[in-house]
Amino acid sequence: MAGASSWSFREEDSARIQAILNTFLRESNARTGLIVDRTGQMVAIVGEEPRFDPTAFASLTAADFSANDQLARMIGEPEFGALFHQGEKESMYLADIARRVILVVLFDNRTTLGLVKLRVRQTVGELNQVFTDMFNRGAAGANQVEAGFVGEAEDELDKLFGG
Amino acid sequence: MSMINYASREINCKLVYYGPGLGGKTTNLEYVYNKVSPNSRGKLISLATETERTLFFDFLPVDLGTIRGFKTRFHLYTVPGQVYYNASRKLILKGVDGVVFVADSQIERMEANIESMQNLYDNMAQHGYNLTKVPFVVQYNKRDLPNAATIRELQAALNPGWPLDDPARQRLTPDPYHEGEYLIEQIDGQWVERAPYFEAVAPRGEGVFDTLKAVSKLVLKSLGST
Repeated sequence: MAGASSWSFREEDSARIQAILNTFLRESNARTGLIVDRTGQMVAIVGEEPRFDPTAFASLTAADFSANDQLARMIGEPEFGALFHQGEKESMYLADIARRVILVVLFDNRTTLGLVKLRVRQTVGELNQVFTDMFNRGAAGANQVEAGFVGEAEDELDKLFGG
Repeated sequence: MSMINYASREINCKLVYYGPGLGGKTTNLEYVYNKVSPNSRGKLISLATETERTLFFDFLPVDLGTIRGFKTRFHLYTVPGQVYYNASRKLILKGVDGVVFVADSQIERMEANIESMQNLYDNMAQHGYNLTKVPFVVQYNKRDLPNAATIRELQAALNPGWPLDDPARQRLTPDPYHEGEYLIEQIDGQWVERAPYFEAVAPRGEGVFDTLKAVSKLVLKSLGST
């Protein structure tokens, strides 16, 4: 892919992430764990299915995290490794993973921020390992679509946007 | 940086509409939102000021359907055009797969167009991307206004072409959208390449889908030639 670094996400990656997040959710009593990539794409959702539009949620999460990154730099911090948004009933905790993706934890008053923070530390460490492995594996060849994809996709474009 | 998710079998591509303030970037997205079937698009999210100026971005996901087993989706973003929002603009470009530059055709906005084009190039470079190597199209919007500059003037100022040094691509390539014009040609012994361009009147939808389709096809092509 010209100019930008790509990466791909395989079944076995998904299984590892599911396992890590399921353990975390059980131990922290949080509701949902989401992985969002820094460009604003949803990578994984584990736990209770959220009632919101995940695509919109992912783009806003990435923007939120990026904006805070810049704020951190302005006050002389290299980054904020984690963010916390507190609501009356629902809250969210966001943590950086390997500088490329964001872990978002959704939780309510069945647990506490303290417990989430306590349990999230190990989870972040494990996820860091998984994603570092994935990025090191590189996208060499892995991110190419199969022959015929482009042609079919172009047909769909014509249908959707008018030929 | 399109992401292919083999686990959820999804391909997501990020398209960014760039250009000077009040040039019609948000209007492009609103038109797409209103015309595409609700089954094929998500919600239009606008982070705007109270006066409807884009503050951070607008966002619209458009579904292409499932192709060869992969749910394929384009994420359309606009950036805030106003000069002082550069930090936000730069953030939105992260991971971009294709760029649409929406120029304001009004002669009075020529300088703002040029400044924004230079800013796009610089911000791409700061992410390590080369604007001349990513899928890129230019839209000349507001063609209906009486004070619109000519296409020739706009092309000369905003899309004059960049030197093309790859010998494999140095061959006369007609512009499929404009008869008698070329995307790649030799000028005074130097091969140059230009971005495809489109004329538009965004509130009426003229040129909106042509632009989107052209950049989407370029992005798909780049997926096939990783």
